[in-house]
Amino acid sequence: MKYLSILLMCLLPAFSYAGQAKDMAADPVLEKRMIGLAENLRCLVCQNESLASSHADLAEDLRREVREQMQKGLSDQQIIDYLVSRYGDFVLYDPPVKKSTLVLWYSPFVLLLLGVGVLIYQLRKRKGLIVETELSDADAQRAAALLNESPEIQNKPNGHGGDITDENYRRRDRSLSPTSPPEGESGDVSLRDARVKDPQA
Amino acid sequence: MMRFILPLVVFLIVAAFMYVGLGLNPREVPSPLVGRAAPTFTLPQLQEPSRQFSPQDMKGKVWLFNVWASWCTACESEHPVFMQLSRQNLVPIYGMDYKDKREDGEAWLRKHGNPYALVVSDAEGRVGIDYGVYGVPETYVIDKQGVIQHKHIGAVTPKILDEKIIPLVKELQAK
Repeated sequence: MKYLSILLMCLLPAFSYAGQAKDMAADPVLEKRMIGLAENLRCLVCQNESLASSHADLAEDLRREVREQMQKGLSDQQIIDYLVSRYGDFVLYDPPVKKSTLVLWYSPFVLLLLGVGVLIYQLRKRKGLIVETELSDADAQRAAALLNESPEIQNKPNGHGGDITDENYRRRDRSLSPTSPPEGESGDVSLRDARVKDPQA
Repeated sequence: MMRFILPLVVFLIVAAFMYVGLGLNPREVPSPLVGRAAPTFTLPQLQEPSRQFSPQDMKGKVWLFNVWASWCTACESEHPVFMQLSRQNLVPIYGMDYKDKREDGEAWLRKHGNPYALVVSDAEGRVGIDYGVYGVPETYVIDKQGVIQHKHIGAVTPKILDEKIIPLVKELQAK
């Protein structure tokens, strides 16, 4: 008994339809045509809803009006013209291309072209910045030395930075970047030093 | 320098669009009826349903056509403006009680006063559709030839009355 009642309760939602019963006309074909047309028309009261889905009073009146005009045998275009003559192009979700809607229709393309233009300009500019340089013998030697990670090489003065000691560089590095670890705590001294030792860096 | 100027310029352009765009009232849809003949209708009067009124009766006169309803709260706020205007005898105000019950409309006029030369009842809202009414109150200025010269959407304030409607009425009356 208990399970039966649970089962029945689970079935309950199947019987709770919430349809547009109020607006259903006697003629389902006409109703379908009306909804099809009204979906492309804006409800003026709740402006982001279509005439088909709005529950505003005016929307209901306008649906009635559209339905009646369809019964009279007017074409979709005639009905649209009827509404536009009263409420303006604003009722159309698909506004016609005219002088006042030029910006609406074409600004996306203009913006797209503008964006492509900026992109091309930026890419060209970047390309100019990349300069392929040959590795000099001294640099190749240094790179080889660093890759071997031999500590004494780092302390030897090299062609670029002569008398500047490691310690000086560490100090300078700290003053430039607050995130660099304080003296003695650094775990990657050799890597960091290798980076800052190059005056061109 | 370009690094700072370009974003600033873009920001200013966006800000200008925002300033203008957000200042607009999206509910104010320009009416295609302005400059066209006021749609004709024949409606029963509110207080005397046996008598009818039609805009053709107003040929040769400049008049205001105000759409209101007893259920409309904004109408209450604009009502004193029309009461004031009716005392000045500048221009006749004709009212249309839109989608309203006759009793409610009459009771509302008794309570708030009646500035209208005449009120018609559009219980079904069909004439409202012909006039492109999509919210009350709405006020139309109609000239001697029966052409709608101006449509005001929303409550008429003393400022709008003094700066727009009355000068327009005087201009049209002089024609």
